Amino acid sequence: MAADSTQQALVALNRFGFGARGGNSGDLAAAASDPRGFVLAELTSPRSTRLENPILHSTDALLSELYGLQQQERAYRIAVNQQSANQQAANGQVASEPTETPAPQPFAPLPPQPNFNVIAERFRAEALARIQRAHAPACGFVERLVTFWSNHFCISAIKGPGVRVTAGAFEREAIRPHVLGRFADLLRAVEQHPAMLFYLDNAQSIGPNSRAGQNGKRGLNENLAREIMELHTLGVDGGYTQADVTAFARIITGWTVVGPAARLGTPGTFTFNANAHEPGAQTLLRKTYAEDGVAQGEQALDDLARHPSTAKFIATKLVRHFIADDPPQALVDKLANVFRDSDGDLKAVSTALVNDPLSWSTPLTKIRSPYEFLVASSRLFARTPDQPQRYLGALALMGAPLWQPPGPNGFADTNFAWATPNGMKARLEISNQIAKRLGNLTDPEEALDAAAGAAASADLKQTIGRAESREQAIALVLMSPEFQRR
Amino acid sequence: MASNLPHATRRQLLVTGGALFAWSYLPHFARAADARDPRFIAIILRGALDGLGAVPPIGDPSYAALHGPIALSLTGDTPALPLDGFFALHPSMTNLVRLYGARQATIVHATATAYRDRSHFDGQDVLESGYAGAGRTDSGWLNRAVSVLPKGERIAARGKALGVGPATPLILRGGAPVTGWTPSTLPAVQDDLEQRLLALYRERDKALATVLTESLDIEKIAQREAGGMRPVGGNVIEAMRTPARGAAKLLAADDGPRIAALAFDGWDTHANEGGATGRLAQLLAGLDAAIAEFETGLGAAWKDTVVVAITEFGRTAKVNGTTGTDHGTGTVAFLAGGALAGGKMVADWPGLRDEQLFEKRDLKATTDLRAVLKGLLVDHLNIGMAQIEGVFPDSTSAKPLRGLIA
Repeated sequence: MAADSTQQALVALNRFGFGARGGNSGDLAAAASDPRGFVLAELTSPRSTRLENPILHSTDALLSELYGLQQQERAYRIAVNQQSANQQAANGQVASEPTETPAPQPFAPLPPQPNFNVIAERFRAEALARIQRAHAPACGFVERLVTFWSNHFCISAIKGPGVRVTAGAFEREAIRPHVLGRFADLLRAVEQHPAMLFYLDNAQSIGPNSRAGQNGKRGLNENLAREIMELHTLGVDGGYTQADVTAFARIITGWTVVGPAARLGTPGTFTFNANAHEPGAQTLLRKTYAEDGVAQGEQALDDLARHPSTAKFIATKLVRHFIADDPPQALVDKLANVFRDSDGDLKAVSTALVNDPLSWSTPLTKIRSPYEFLVASSRLFARTPDQPQRYLGALALMGAPLWQPPGPNGFADTNFAWATPNGMKARLEISNQIAKRLGNLTDPEEALDAAAGAAASADLKQTIGRAESREQAIALVLMSPEFQRR
Repeated sequence: MASNLPHATRRQLLVTGGALFAWSYLPHFARAADARDPRFIAIILRGALDGLGAVPPIGDPSYAALHGPIALSLTGDTPALPLDGFFALHPSMTNLVRLYGARQATIVHATATAYRDRSHFDGQDVLESGYAGAGRTDSGWLNRAVSVLPKGERIAARGKALGVGPATPLILRGGAPVTGWTPSTLPAVQDDLEQRLLALYRERDKALATVLTESLDIEKIAQREAGGMRPVGGNVIEAMRTPARGAAKLLAADDGPRIAALAFDGWDTHANEGGATGRLAQLLAGLDAAIAEFETGLGAAWKDTVVVAITEFGRTAKVNGTTGTDHGTGTVAFLAGGALAGGKMVADWPGLRDEQLFEKRDLKATTDLRAVLKGLLVDHLNIGMAQIEGVFPDSTSAKPLRGLIA
């Protein structure tokens, strides 16, 4: 295999995918023979984006389970308080009538304590399913797209148990079905998902002039409305004002999640609560939206999805993620045009990204994200993990805890964020740990050949050849520029 | 400034025989002579701190109604801590109020950068870059400050500024050399593996070679100074205390860094912010604990230290519909350290009546945060009056606020 075709294979596998699988996969050779076709093949299978697994639960089932735990906890607390009140009353009696023998108090047995470990178990099951899934495809382009969109529309498990327990389901239900579909559908699925409504507080936002607003003490919260425009669609310079944020916040009042009492539907599902919705027409980006219940917000979302600023913002982020920290303007413009002309057809946009010559000629200078690095490592050694803890710990150590970015803008997408002294130190420690785990079971030269083939530098080959142990050589393969950059 | 000017003048007169000189170089001269070894630590509070929740203007007649159910008062189970009769401090910040009493803390209120929109990320970029507007993320003000430190001062010879945590914050990025450190949780890597990898990077990838070299250098100091240091706990307070403890040890070391930046997340209190107890109370307790770690860990060097805690903007004066606050404008900045002429509030109070609020919703910013930071850099780090304008470009209207340093 010539160095040139190997280089193109690395673009296919590393820039667009999760890296070559080791063992006898033949990924590098397959990618070298038809690099573009190797990447695009995954786009033709209509269900390739889904993740269906009988052990994973739907959002409404997960939230119902959480509601049950919360109710159980309330009942337990009430019983404990009651018992201590009874105890105090009994003690008082004894003190005032010391001559009588106190009768044993008939205490009711306490109800069982809720087991909140279930929340962490559900989270780990989702994490494992996602990680395992990334090991299956030859290239992994679709899985890379899933992680891209999941970071674009991020939620954070740190928000609370309602988001933690649904973090994985959010990605499966709102992101995956649409990564090769229409952006407008993706946007609506995301903004109406309970995880997002909890994360950015819209579930509790109430129109000041709505029936609930007039009666109650709660009111408007503009968090979700702002981030939809700033981070999900238009971008911060997309041409909106504070007045637009407030108007949009009013438009989506009433978008909430059904609670345990099931007043507005199945507990744990999205619902439109007309009682909390700000009545009347609203003006957003110089367009007036008449009062139309949930459709008022859906229409506004559709218009945001089609806004020219959105096309530009999405195109820039895609090119920055896949191609270069400083995205080539020509490629950004091209993708923005495809986005506009196809009415946000993400399959067309993704295909255009892969087909562009710039995507193949721009040098592989980006550092793999922590998640890409871990997945590529275990793919290389053909070790699909069977438990997620080590992965989750390593991601946290590298500053990228799964489904837990520092803010609603997600994890950074540039070398500056990851190629840091502390970040590289963490990678080296993790590579060291992986190498120690694999022990002497793996041949580092085979691993290097699977990962980089003829593109491996003479210096790297020499360094590997002179390593004092197989373990040390494996750590060096994982830390090599050939493996770290994509 | 007024307090140390006469002293410096006397000293200068002895040397120069009364010749005229540029007064901006005066403190520099005085500092060199008294061999101070100053430390400067910037803490970024990401998410926008509610200044009215942290440092309530108890004396303002509009405050209690605006902050509603989360307003603090000087009575009740957990009363706010009185500062000067008008302002009080959140009850979580027991260390800070002690430092304030000892003239080692200053609080700036109704302050903000020049940024007047309400995006966290642009707001943080402006806060950290030190530029007058959004869109510049090539370098941070603390990095530019490092690059103009007066030559020959001990601080300039102390090597690189330190970014603490998994990623270097923008405030420290730029042309001047910076290093990073984060507490370790995995077994140490063999020196030999590190050296082989470094040799490979030197041949094949200069950028990674640079990064790895720095990582190895800083880790050496960290291990020597803090045997067995490990992050503990998962709660909000420990998440701030632990990196502060580690950074303090590095800054205290003779050959350690002198300038550091940390970032603490989680201040975006849109819902259920809480008053004397609750979410903001936890966050402030964490910040308070981090400041206490710096005080303890720096030991004798605390007298030459300034810690600043700053945030991208404030929050709405009025509580929103979910017992929290939305993105706003004016807020507080906390200053702590033995180098301060502390024990005072710095505030040109704009009032909280409807027409006194910025856009009728936010605490107005009457003190430019850049003036505060410029004042600290000039008087604490001896950066010249000409150089300081390059550290904060387009900020001539925000004249350095003098007199913060003892």
